[in-house]
Amino acid sequence: MFVTSAFAQESAPAAAEGDTHAGTAVPAEEHGTFPPFNAETFPSQILWLVITFGLFYLFLKRVVMPRIGGIIDVRNDRITQDLDHAARLKGEADAAVAAYEQELAEAKTNANKIGQQASDAAKSEAESTRKKLEAELEKKLGDAEASIASIKAKAMKEVGTIAEDTTSAIVEALVGGKTDKAEISAAVKSATR
Amino acid sequence: MAAADKVDPIHQFQIHPIVPIHIGGYDLSFTNSALFMVVTIAVASAFLYMSTASRSLIPGRLQSVSEMAYEFVGNMLRDAAGKQGMQFFPLVFSLFMFVLVANLIGLFPYFFTITSHIIVTFTLAALVIGTVIVYGFAKHGLGFLKLFVPHGVPGYLMPLVVAIEVISFVSRPVSLSVRLFANMLAGHITLKVFSGFVVTLSAFGAVGIAGSVLPLAMAVALTALELLVAFLQAYVFAVLTCMYLNDALHPSH
Repeated sequence: MFVTSAFAQESAPAAAEGDTHAGTAVPAEEHGTFPPFNAETFPSQILWLVITFGLFYLFLKRVVMPRIGGIIDVRNDRITQDLDHAARLKGEADAAVAAYEQELAEAKTNANKIGQQASDAAKSEAESTRKKLEAELEKKLGDAEASIASIKAKAMKEVGTIAEDTTSAIVEALVGGKTDKAEISAAVKSATR
Repeated sequence: MAAADKVDPIHQFQIHPIVPIHIGGYDLSFTNSALFMVVTIAVASAFLYMSTASRSLIPGRLQSVSEMAYEFVGNMLRDAAGKQGMQFFPLVFSLFMFVLVANLIGLFPYFFTITSHIIVTFTLAALVIGTVIVYGFAKHGLGFLKLFVPHGVPGYLMPLVVAIEVISFVSRPVSLSVRLFANMLAGHITLKVFSGFVVTLSAFGAVGIAGSVLPLAMAVALTALELLVAFLQAYVFAVLTCMYLNDALHPSH
């Protein structure tokens, strides 16, 4: 500003000359002051700059900047939204894979368990059947032994009677006459002992 | 010297009234400068408004440009001044778009470059520094003055350091405005001088026309350079604005 005020003083005569020609001709000014330093034009330029720049500022602040800011915000929102969406889908896919694998593992353990149970059941059934059969056989064996023993005892007893009968017959044939049954029986018993 | 008048490189910076308005002794005429301020905000507003009209989820080319400018300035401000600084986003974005579009429109032949006038760039710089000062004192009270008292400076150096800090703060609006103004002014003068060579050389017959190829090529190259400068100066203006706003938010550095 100090430069221009100095110039303004210098240019005072030229400006006065310009005033006389104001509105009629320009050439008088052309040989006057250097135009950017001609203080005569300052008020007009400041006024119109304030008006135009003020309007421009208000227009940008009220209309243009909210609009561009809005466009950029909407786009950023959209991008974040899409990214979120993608992340969510990926999460869902991961969860699905995890669930599938877990189910697979569960199914495997279930299958193993069922197999184990079946084989256990089969084993225990076989065991019990075997035991039952063994017990039955044991019983039959015992019965058979018992019947053999009774048969043997009976036979042994009959052996005695046969021996007595045979003895009495032999004695009657050799000795003749009647034989005492009791004597023969005692004799046989002592002999077979 | 009629030909010299035609190629006068200063002529393009002349301001002449279109609708003369005089109020209270001040010349408040609607000038060619004012006309191009209106054109600048009209072009910038129309581009930003229409390119984003469809609000496409997948942006087209024009919508991408608007979004890139928006996010570019937004990131710049966030990096420099943090999340708190985002309350100044409309201001920084308006400044960036205004300066950028003004610089770009100025590159068209016969168009007026409003940023080639120191009063325009100075008013914009004053707006930035004014915002910094008003917000700084409103938010931190007298604590804002800590901006001039850096930590860890030995006591005997303090007066010197504070003086340097104050001078650097005061010179900010000057450097901010002069940088943009001088870049645009110098660039347009250079362009005009080289283009003027083409015109004057062509006046000297066949040899002159052959010789004018060189300045013509130079003018083309300079136009490309000026395109870069137009972007760069808008960027620099916005970055410095962000850094100064950071001082308003966090004065104790």
